[in-house]
Amino acid sequence: MIEGTERPAARSVKVVRRPELSFWEKLYLPQVICGLKITTTHFFRNLFLHTAHLLGRLKHLRAGVTVQYPEELRPLMSRYRSRHRLTVREDGTPRCVGCMLCETVCPARCITIVPGEHPDPNVEKYPVRFDIDLGVCVYCGYCVEVCPEDAIRMDTGILDLSAYSREAMRLDIHELMNPELRKPLSACSLDFPHQCALDEGHMKGSWKSAH
Amino acid sequence: MLEVLIIKIILAAIVLFAVLNLAGFHTWVERKQSALIQDRIGANRATIFGVRMLGMFHGMADVLKMFTKEDIVPQGADKSLHALAPFFSVFFALVTFAAIPFGDQLVLGDRVINLQVADIDAALLYVFAMLSLGVYGVILGGFASRNNYAILGGLRATAQMISYEIALGIAIIGVIMVYGTMDLSELVRAQGRLVGGWLPLWGIFTQPVAFFIFVTAALAETKRIPFDLPEGESEIVGYFVEYSGMKFGMFFLADFLETIVVASLATTLFFGGWQVPYLMPDGFHFPWGAELSVPQWMYALLGVASFSIKGLAFCFLFMQLRWTLPRFRYDQLMSLGWKGLFPIAVANVVVTAVVLVLPGEAPQ
Repeated sequence: MIEGTERPAARSVKVVRRPELSFWEKLYLPQVICGLKITTTHFFRNLFLHTAHLLGRLKHLRAGVTVQYPEELRPLMSRYRSRHRLTVREDGTPRCVGCMLCETVCPARCITIVPGEHPDPNVEKYPVRFDIDLGVCVYCGYCVEVCPEDAIRMDTGILDLSAYSREAMRLDIHELMNPELRKPLSACSLDFPHQCALDEGHMKGSWKSAH
Repeated sequence: MLEVLIIKIILAAIVLFAVLNLAGFHTWVERKQSALIQDRIGANRATIFGVRMLGMFHGMADVLKMFTKEDIVPQGADKSLHALAPFFSVFFALVTFAAIPFGDQLVLGDRVINLQVADIDAALLYVFAMLSLGVYGVILGGFASRNNYAILGGLRATAQMISYEIALGIAIIGVIMVYGTMDLSELVRAQGRLVGGWLPLWGIFTQPVAFFIFVTAALAETKRIPFDLPEGESEIVGYFVEYSGMKFGMFFLADFLETIVVASLATTLFFGGWQVPYLMPDGFHFPWGAELSVPQWMYALLGVASFSIKGLAFCFLFMQLRWTLPRFRYDQLMSLGWKGLFPIAVANVVVTAVVLVLPGEAPQ
């Protein structure tokens, strides 16, 4: 390298020396006691709070950050995307008009819609079949955003979606319209046309009940 | 003769019952104490008929699980040694308790019972011999598994035990010099004297340096964090990597048993064992002149309670240390043992000797 042309980076290098331990730190013992102080403070604070909670006192102070999941649910953000549901009209029929927009936009192709002619001439179509395969769904929320009728939402707050088979992960229109209905609906045939075994096939809120 | 035998068997049964239950209890304590330290709740799901008991049944569930698990012996392992190793570990941890006095004499009728399973003259030597043999199980376990990680763990255990046993032994020499006995019950009795009429002559006051060396080295003997290099679960899994089922459970149990051994030893040597401050065999003699007479059975019971409370406090302290400190690096461990504890222990012996020999300076 030519003299006088040292790289600017070389001058801006900052040397950080590793901090040397002082005598007291090298002794270990004071530092061990410092550490013990922290853990012991936590221990007795939490012990006191747990005892107080058992006696019904000081409930506003948390003793642990643990959320006891099945009994205690964490609050969800209002925009959290949970299991889908189909919204319904006042007469209990699905709001969906079978426009196929959600099926088209779905990047995972998990939505299957079979539209049918609606008896009301003001409504073009209704979904004869509306399936969402949750085993495939990526929870992107595009179906909710694309829907012109506000017919599909992801606001049920249902998170514990699990099943013993891929088949059981498929939601049919009954489950989508009624979030209370939960799998496993082994008795419920998922073949077309849907014959929901619950309520002897006359489920309230179903598109069938309108006729 | 038969009566003596029966008494000894009862004493041994009491000690075994207490110690084994405490070791089982330790699994619960470990879970809950760590949970409280780390702002968690800890295992609480195991129930018996809907009763949770703060998760105390998890220990039982663990034992059931371990007993019903498959016992795997690796191919090429030395089968007999592999099976023997966990038994060695537990056995030597258990027999150590025989020499530890957990109370003073109990007078029943005209019979005087020493609350100690075995009255050994050189109890201290016996205890340390058994404590040292405890590592045999670990080494055998590592050696017989025919697994590189296991043998690494076993070798680490060997090196660690040898390094720390020396510091441990030399730290004890100071105590032996001060009290002039190796009989543990005599040693505890000697700690009952008062200095200046108010300060009990406990080991912690006569040998404070030895106490810290002893606790550090003894923690290293228990192979628990911060000295858990033989196990080192994040690097080599350890000497019991090839063990499953209850054989693994026994190594686990031996770990807790050794913690209890060390806690009781620290109590016996440095905190006056079963001594209650100002409690003489006929009752309390407070330094401000007050006196309170206590029946003999009460005196014996208070002694046992005192020993238990001190021992449990040490168990708590060790558990707290285990959840406070990170693991030592191997070179740090060796340099702490050889460059730190060992010279300080030797210096402690020399200073103690000088102080004892100087006329009028001796604490006796």
